[in-house]
Amino acid sequence: MSAMTSAKESADAAPRVRSRRGVHPLARFLFRRILTAVLLAWGITLVTFVLTNLVPGDPVTANLGQRALGDPAIVAQWRAEHGLDKPLWEQYVLHLRGVVQGDFGVSQQSHRPVAEDLAQFVPATLELAGAAIAVSLVLGVAFGVVAALRRDRLPDHVLRVLSLIGISVPTFWLALVAFYVFFYRLQITPGSGRVDPAIGEAPAVTGLQTVDALIAGRWDVFVSAVGHLITPALVLALYTIGLLTRFTRSAVLEVLGQDYVRAARAKGLPGRVILFRYVLRSALVPVITVAGLAFGSLLSGTVLVEAIFAWPGIGQYAYKSATTLDLPAVMGVGLVVGVVYLVINLIVDVLYGVIDPRVRLQ
Amino acid sequence: MSTGKTTLDITGLKVTIGGREILRGVDLSLQEGRVHGLAGESGSGKTMTGLAVLGLLPHGARATGRIALGGRDLLTLPPRELNKVRGGEVAMVFQDPATSLHPMLSVGRQLTEHMRHHLKLDKREARARAVELLGKVRIPGAEEAYGRFPHQFSGGMRQRIAIAIALACSPRVLIADEPTTALDVTVQAGVLRLLRGLCDELGLAVLLVTHDLGVMSAIADEVSVMKDGLVVETGPRGKVLREPSHAYTRSLLDSLPGETA
Repeated sequence: MSAMTSAKESADAAPRVRSRRGVHPLARFLFRRILTAVLLAWGITLVTFVLTNLVPGDPVTANLGQRALGDPAIVAQWRAEHGLDKPLWEQYVLHLRGVVQGDFGVSQQSHRPVAEDLAQFVPATLELAGAAIAVSLVLGVAFGVVAALRRDRLPDHVLRVLSLIGISVPTFWLALVAFYVFFYRLQITPGSGRVDPAIGEAPAVTGLQTVDALIAGRWDVFVSAVGHLITPALVLALYTIGLLTRFTRSAVLEVLGQDYVRAARAKGLPGRVILFRYVLRSALVPVITVAGLAFGSLLSGTVLVEAIFAWPGIGQYAYKSATTLDLPAVMGVGLVVGVVYLVINLIVDVLYGVIDPRVRLQ
Repeated sequence: MSTGKTTLDITGLKVTIGGREILRGVDLSLQEGRVHGLAGESGSGKTMTGLAVLGLLPHGARATGRIALGGRDLLTLPPRELNKVRGGEVAMVFQDPATSLHPMLSVGRQLTEHMRHHLKLDKREARARAVELLGKVRIPGAEEAYGRFPHQFSGGMRQRIAIAIALACSPRVLIADEPTTALDVTVQAGVLRLLRGLCDELGLAVLLVTHDLGVMSAIADEVSVMKDGLVVETGPRGKVLREPSHAYTRSLLDSLPGETA
């Protein structure tokens, strides 16, 4: 992030010019950030490719049976078929050319194009992780504000314990317990999967079950999809809720002590205006940073949660591809996860710029 | 003592925080169109006196006594009524304009929000008045400055903006807490002249809190000197600064480097 403190000039100088070349400062800011993101995306293809090829283990032995392995001709043919006989740099160039055209190669396991596999599994994970981060942001920020405003009183103490639990409890354990209690014992939540099999899925448009159901006008599918989403999303969100509660609390407390908040009180502004316009605006900067980082841990958390709730997402796909050394699939997953990170970071950067004029106007 | 009409009258103001007595019975009165300087070393209770008027004392502080403004006692006013006084009738300018302006809100926003709240102006009226105010505090290019952010201005400019914000709702009392301390010496005089001019022009009662007797002698009509939570001496500037009757005032004056007033 850029310099947060503005230097004090020595004398009453004329205010600085706001933008050059007549371009809106936010547009220029966005353009710079997107350019960096594209460069980084290229870097990700390089890193995933190199790392995937560095792993000890031969995809040939992972994919061919004992008998086929004994026959050098079959091995050579298999290697040629998957482009493994060419020099590494040439493999990378081919890989990159493919990626640019949306071709991630063919999965050695499913024998389908990796792009097709990803298109099927990524939306499911995005729906799960997106719901989890949305819930975390709403609840985490709300809890944090309440804890800060009721500092050292009952709500603060209760929220402190709850957020500590949220941060400490391992996700996989929580997932098992939630599944057992709410589905098996209490029977108030639906079981595994994304929708009730008896209802059936809505025709895929976005791949997000809830959105597709709304597009198709299938209210029953939507209700079922939301019902299936609630438990895994909450399980996944609990850690982030705890984290954001803690961070929001300390950020709000820090801002409450700022001179400009006292100045706002001295202006006689109503409390809610001071809270939303003066306090939350400043406090959100560190909270957004943490939320962006938390999204990363949320993605890795999906691997376990997806396994327990039989959620057909990219976590399960990544696990299967990695254990079978399905290199094109592993690279595809790596690239997608990397790009998701990039997009999250881009969103965080842009939000900085939207919230803080000092970031976009320098 | 003075001829103006008393606007704000503080009598027997006591403030305790955590059992410790910070103010021990302060008496102070501000007159229309007069600048009342409040001097004293740090920790003497100058700032607390200013904050008490607006009910902005830190958490856990208890204030007793009487702060009379237009027939009401600000200390016993219900919160809603007090909020109308804040910014509306009594405004405040803080020490450091680098921290007292919100860095992420435009100058225009910070100038108009309380106008719209207190005076119920619509967006256009508030904007017109804000631009007029920026001109009044001599910000060059007031129209353009309206859309800028605090970090795009120098320290002296920011304090002028803070003063414009304080004046937005035409208050009767202005409390200026060390308004020039954080500024460079070269721009101090300009800000002080501005305060003095506004006081004369608008008939404001100004409470100028400062530890700087040089600032005091430049613009104050009346001077009060505080020590350990009490006002030890009060009177017209010339008298207090030239013939101090209290030993503490004398020691304050003697501590000034070089020749004194």
